[in-house]
Amino acid sequence: MNTHDHDHDHDGPGPHGAPLTEIQLRVKALESLLVDKGLVDPAALDTLIDTYETKVGPHNGARVVARAWSDPAFKQRLLENGSAAIAEFGFTGRQGEDILVVENTPGVHNLVVCTLCSCYPWPVLGLPPVWYKSAPYRSRAVLDPRGVLREFGIELPEEVEIRVWDSTAELRYLVLPERPAGTEGMTEEELAGLVTRDAMIGVANAKAPAKDM
Amino acid sequence: MNGAHDLGGMHGMGPITPEPDEPVFHNDWERRVFALTLAAGALGRWNIDMSRFAREQMPGPEYLNTTYYEHWLFGLERLLVEKSLLEPAEIQAGRARAVTPGLPNVLLAEDVARVLQKGASARRTDSPPPRFRPGDQVVARNLNPAGHTRLPRYARGRRGVVERDHGVFVFPDSNAMERGENPQHCYSVRFTLRDLWGPHASARDSVHIDLWDDHLEPA
Repeated sequence: MNTHDHDHDHDGPGPHGAPLTEIQLRVKALESLLVDKGLVDPAALDTLIDTYETKVGPHNGARVVARAWSDPAFKQRLLENGSAAIAEFGFTGRQGEDILVVENTPGVHNLVVCTLCSCYPWPVLGLPPVWYKSAPYRSRAVLDPRGVLREFGIELPEEVEIRVWDSTAELRYLVLPERPAGTEGMTEEELAGLVTRDAMIGVANAKAPAKDM
Repeated sequence: MNGAHDLGGMHGMGPITPEPDEPVFHNDWERRVFALTLAAGALGRWNIDMSRFAREQMPGPEYLNTTYYEHWLFGLERLLVEKSLLEPAEIQAGRARAVTPGLPNVLLAEDVARVLQKGASARRTDSPPPRFRPGDQVVARNLNPAGHTRLPRYARGRRGVVERDHGVFVFPDSNAMERGENPQHCYSVRFTLRDLWGPHASARDSVHIDLWDDHLEPA
């Protein structure tokens, strides 16, 4: 299935003079129509894009996880009321109004999916990657989570319980990954550097610290 | 609706293909579709459940053969026409037939940050009594509406256990169809993989699905 734009047809007509594709023309026409009719403010469009392209992203969630690893009282607040604890960082709002944080432990591994569309906790992770929104992941995460994790390079022992969270309502899920070994004494900022987007979806573990740290 | 969007449990969709260092958008038209969808949504002529339903109505073969933001573009054009903000002929021609005076609640650049940070929770303060409590055994109803539903096909008719009451939320199945918010309790319901997929699935692993009172019956 064609959900991946590997050709990366950025802006056209580009330096090579490529003509605009059909979809580029269609979107440009729609934007002009909506602007002409006074239904959208073009400057608001630029601000919306800039927000999710440069400001909101998984670096937000990484700070939340690093604090949960460092501060037991914060971790408790985070697990009891995700959105309220996350709001302490100022990360609030659209597609994160009601966030639930699910904790990985030695016996439990959590995995987040949205089989029906693409629900994802925007204030802490930004917009979802293409694979998360695509049919292969959405179809199999609930059918064969162990196989899906293996595809991402994680082989879980049989005795570890997998909990898959299908985001069918307006609750949004964030995985609190396990704190890697050998990170004692690291600062929150250093810890945040080990927390990847994929670890907060549940398809990866947090990174191990570099050997020389 | 039993559409191509309801993907849980299907085989044959191919390998998962993560892209290293993936950009937020892959080309400029995706940026514009994303922003146009949010900005047009702020006009208040439709709700998020109607947006999802609009995308679901892309014909199945097309849904599976197009990219994510093509789904969004399809849904946006459909809602703009349904709500008479644009005429189909205008979309066809790419030119406005008449310049209308605009609407009062156009999203302005200076309001974007405030609007995004505020969000719009679907949680409601209405207090219909919950039909279920944590620990209750339930069965997901065998419903197959032609309209919107957040009850995925793979859960229908399956037994689960209510694990948590999230509180009262807007019911998308009616809200998407413009039949009102119908607020009711929404629960995290735990289904074992074995109950969903049969005896060869793991008995230890589970899927938690968020479902509303109207999706469930006592087991």
